[in-house]
Amino acid sequence: MAENVYFEDVNVGDDIPSFTRQTDLMHWNRYAAVNDEFVYIHMDDEAGRAAANEPGAFGMGNLRWAYLLNMLREWVGDEVDVRELGVQFRAINQKNDVLTCVGTITEKIEENGDHLVRLDTNVINQDGVATCPGHAVVALPSRG
Amino acid sequence: MADELTTLVTQEMLDSRDVWSEKVYSRPISLNDIIKWGIAVYWPDDPPRIYWDEEYAKTTKYGGIIAPQDFNPFAWPVPRPPARELPKDPGVGERGMNGGQTDRYGVPMRPGDVISTSSALVDWNERVGSLGLTIFTYTEVRWENQNGELVKSRTSVGIRY
Repeated sequence: MAENVYFEDVNVGDDIPSFTRQTDLMHWNRYAAVNDEFVYIHMDDEAGRAAANEPGAFGMGNLRWAYLLNMLREWVGDEVDVRELGVQFRAINQKNDVLTCVGTITEKIEENGDHLVRLDTNVINQDGVATCPGHAVVALPSRG
Repeated sequence: MADELTTLVTQEMLDSRDVWSEKVYSRPISLNDIIKWGIAVYWPDDPPRIYWDEEYAKTTKYGGIIAPQDFNPFAWPVPRPPARELPKDPGVGERGMNGGQTDRYGVPMRPGDVISTSSALVDWNERVGSLGLTIFTYTEVRWENQNGELVKSRTSVGIRY
């Protein structure tokens, strides 16, 4: 189904389904290959440590960005209309981290014929660390 | 001395404020690049069919395959740009970090699209914080497709201290 969610069916305070990935070099290298992002700190433990990250190589912020968009798409469906996404990168994505993208609806807005929801979003690691606080605005279809 | 600096605003910043760079154009977006992007960001699962199945994509409101909104049509430029030189022993104002970003999305990117990009330094503010004198710079990047439609507007926050 291209769309799973309608504006009338969601409420402020609702959590949307999460999106989870355990990341390592298999994920980072694939992302580097498509985004031309072959940087030693994302590939080599020695380079990661030289950059003051004691565990070694670490993941790309851009990949967490993609995961947040994936979460929104899996929630609404393939016809999702994401209008805005913003994040701050607060913590590093270490090798083998289990990253869980989360979102909570904070506002419903009807303006100019659009049915918008605003969400607080984040990417939480397996230790409960909020690595990527942010927000999203998504236009939902209306039953009206 | 560096620790006597009272501002990290440079003349170059003052001269470039709100001056939009000349547009740079992507190559036409290939379906294969969209598919590979989808595989990478959904790994190890298969990507959604709207990124690779034309018959299915025709049935959606987009009427065809679209690219993920995070897709970068400017990856892999040729000729290759020079590698950025980082200072070996950075001083005040030469240390930096990514302060985050916000995208506002317009029309989706599709196979065959040619995307233009242009950017401008639009604002900054300074304060003395735990890292000492720190400047937050705001840069906007605007992507348009070949029809002049907005694809994406990104505001990035850079932090130097």
